[in-house]
Amino acid sequence: MSGQDQAFVRRELVPQRAAPLIATGIIGFLRSRLFGGPLNTVLTILSAIALWIVLVPTVRFLLIDAVWTGSGRDSCLATTASGSVGACWPFVIAKFSQFMYGFYPEAQRWRVDLALAIGVALLIPLLIPRAPAKALNAGLFFLAFPVIAFFLLHGGGLRGFGVSWLASFGQFIANSLVIMGMAFQSLGGSFGYAPLRAALNALGLAITFTGYGLALVFFPLVKLRVWLAGLPSPFWGDFALTGVAVTALIAALNGGLRNGWRPLLRPVATFVGMAVVFAAMEIDRGGLPVVDTRQWGGLLVTMVVSVTGIVASMPVGIALALGRRSTLPLVRVAAIAFIEFWRGVPLITVLFFATYMLPLFLPDYMTVDGLLRVLIGVSLFSGAYNAEVIRGGLQAIPRGQYEAASAMGLSYWKSTRFIILPQALRHVIPGLVNSFIALFKDTTLVLIVAILDLLGQLRAAFADPNWATPTTLFTGFAFAGIIYFVCCFGMSRYSLFVERRLNVFRGA
Amino acid sequence: MPGECRTPPLQLGHRLWRMTAGRAGGWGILAQLLLLLVVVWLGYEITSNAQANLKAQRIAAGLGFLNNTAGFGVSQSLIAYDESDTYLRVFAVGLLNTLLVSFIGCVLATIIGFMVGLGRLSPNWLVARLAGGYVELIRNLPLLFQILFWYLAVLGTLPGARGSISVFGVAFLNNRGVVVPRPVPLDGFAPFVVAIGLALAVTVAMKILARRRLYQTGKPLRVWPWALGLLVGLPAASAVLGGAPFSFEQPELRGFNFVGGTRLVPELIALVLALSTYTAAFIAEIVRAGIQAVPKGQIEAASALGLRRGAALRLIVVPQSLRVILPPLTNQYLNLTKNSSLAVAIGYPDLVSVFAGTTLSQTGQAIEIIAITMGVYLLISLATSAGMNLYNYYLFRNRSA
Repeated sequence: MSGQDQAFVRRELVPQRAAPLIATGIIGFLRSRLFGGPLNTVLTILSAIALWIVLVPTVRFLLIDAVWTGSGRDSCLATTASGSVGACWPFVIAKFSQFMYGFYPEAQRWRVDLALAIGVALLIPLLIPRAPAKALNAGLFFLAFPVIAFFLLHGGGLRGFGVSWLASFGQFIANSLVIMGMAFQSLGGSFGYAPLRAALNALGLAITFTGYGLALVFFPLVKLRVWLAGLPSPFWGDFALTGVAVTALIAALNGGLRNGWRPLLRPVATFVGMAVVFAAMEIDRGGLPVVDTRQWGGLLVTMVVSVTGIVASMPVGIALALGRRSTLPLVRVAAIAFIEFWRGVPLITVLFFATYMLPLFLPDYMTVDGLLRVLIGVSLFSGAYNAEVIRGGLQAIPRGQYEAASAMGLSYWKSTRFIILPQALRHVIPGLVNSFIALFKDTTLVLIVAILDLLGQLRAAFADPNWATPTTLFTGFAFAGIIYFVCCFGMSRYSLFVERRLNVFRGA
Repeated sequence: MPGECRTPPLQLGHRLWRMTAGRAGGWGILAQLLLLLVVVWLGYEITSNAQANLKAQRIAAGLGFLNNTAGFGVSQSLIAYDESDTYLRVFAVGLLNTLLVSFIGCVLATIIGFMVGLGRLSPNWLVARLAGGYVELIRNLPLLFQILFWYLAVLGTLPGARGSISVFGVAFLNNRGVVVPRPVPLDGFAPFVVAIGLALAVTVAMKILARRRLYQTGKPLRVWPWALGLLVGLPAASAVLGGAPFSFEQPELRGFNFVGGTRLVPELIALVLALSTYTAAFIAEIVRAGIQAVPKGQIEAASALGLRRGAALRLIVVPQSLRVILPPLTNQYLNLTKNSSLAVAIGYPDLVSVFAGTTLSQTGQAIEIIAITMGVYLLISLATSAGMNLYNYYLFRNRSA
């Protein structure tokens, strides 16, 4: 009875039907995304035409019509080659070593290759998030690699080490302070207004005495330097002395040997590693033959400028970012002024500044290498940009982290180093990579101050009459463009990858 | 028992201490003194060394050189200039050229950037992909590379004057640049300008009136047909009554070069092309981010209220996305202005090229010239960021009210 007069009630779900063929798959895609209406269809056709106009000649030029072998401009001329002429690849092949090394002596080019290999070997595990020993790896890349690369690429040796350097530096500062104090006193003497004169005099006197005091402090070191110079190997003597002093200092700062010998492990290992590398490169006996930076060029200079900029701009950026968030008014004002100054001027004027103005600011006995001047300018410039990126990361750290750190009794430096910076830097890796991309692109500007990077060498190669053909220009630009694009695109993909990864962690 | 709340004591000394020493206490004061000492020392070293070096090179410090005769030509100048003019005039020429390139570049970059940015959001798959490809390609190549590419490879390989590429017989493209007709003002020019100005003023007044009316009564007032009529009609009437406002001087090929018309130098064209396409790629990303920042619910709410799609875009989406877009957009304008200094690489006479380049090498006054050049750019960027801060302040004030 119950089954008879009741209306039909469905007790199970109707099985899902597949979407109609017209809305899915390739047909649905065509209907919805390409030919959805008159306007859409017109847009699609116009885009297709534009793509055709750009893509077909490019492919023809680069691959199909290209000349692949030959020796000289004749092989790339339409009159001698058969058919229409595309890219002149023999030009790139002939100039390849110039594009890569500039005028670096041919017999020494293995040094460039070795430096590149070391750099890549250190960089790749640094970029893989799962690779172990990040701290060691970062230390090697950011501290050890620049030193090794310098002695590999530039060559030359060392005669002294930490003790000699510190002694010279202290002497220089002390001397300068004494002279500066005297200058202030004489400046005070030129004023008629008595209080001002007295104030300047007192200031000058104070500075002079600070200078004398500093000289007194550094006196033992200067004596030590003289004694070291008399040793059979001044370098190794100085090195050993510096190693012992630094190790002892680090152990003392870490609370002495109360907690066992572990605090000694890291500095001792560092110095042993340095000794091995220096001995292998014979730093104490003049090292490798010196290659003047004026002979450097091509991709080598591009890489040197960008890697130096990346490595050196990190500490500058972190210091400036911390300074800008400091509670000390003078420190904050100085950091803000510094950052806004560098961010407000174009890089070219910075390079002009480094090339023409910096030599005027240095004492006449001090000459700075042309490439080094540019490197300083680029590092400060990108340091200011990095500072703003890092500041963003510092501001993104929740207030509770700061408060928890101080509740634990950590000092400012300890909480910054162990709590704040590790989190902040991890947050801003994508931003940092983006600013490195900008830096990498900006390295091309050094050609304006007559340092020939990849683009500069390219431009120089265009002037070669042996390769003057109608297609040389486009070929050269295609070659350099592919290199730049691959590097920048790779970096931007990496930045996206890190960003996605970070977002996953944040979401969890 | 606690009484009523008392205001805390003023503690002036404590506040002053906190202001000067921050949270670091005495160490903070010491660190700042050290910083001050280092800055003073650096300043002293720099000035004393510079004085000694300048003395050794026999260069007189100061701005006196600005009144000397420059003695070199400039390929393009917005104001009258010849070789007998002073370095001060060179500075003005360079600055104006920089501003010219920046202005044209900003306008073009905005147009291209908005088109590409909207293209990336297009439902059309091919258009979105094409716009994305453009952005990726342009953003991943150095700007100087692109400038040199346009200058050397594209414009440099154009045919000479005799084989010029003619654009509808009006403009001519060759390896010396683009020759376009030059407008020559006639008698009717002054009334024509007045008519345009008048039409613009009346249009703005009508717009304000219409808005006030809308806010008071809630009834929209249709203004645009009247405005269009005014904007077209008034100048046309002045042209009919007062005679043609200007005529065009057609360029003509005589011998090996063009006579008449205005020539745009290839350096300017290459620079404007490279700067605007490069900056456009960044603006496109800003526009895309700005539009995507408007929550989808806003559009749905607008259509629930019965607004048509166009009206929803105009009244709901664009005003909200503009708030997101404008600050980074100004940043890009600033970048473009700073990047225009790359002109020096191809010899376009901008500020860096003629002032920090030629003038510097002729006079050797490195400190003054580079300081002035940096100062100009710094002034531009500080003024812009001050304007942006003001804008943000007003935005914030409106929002909180």
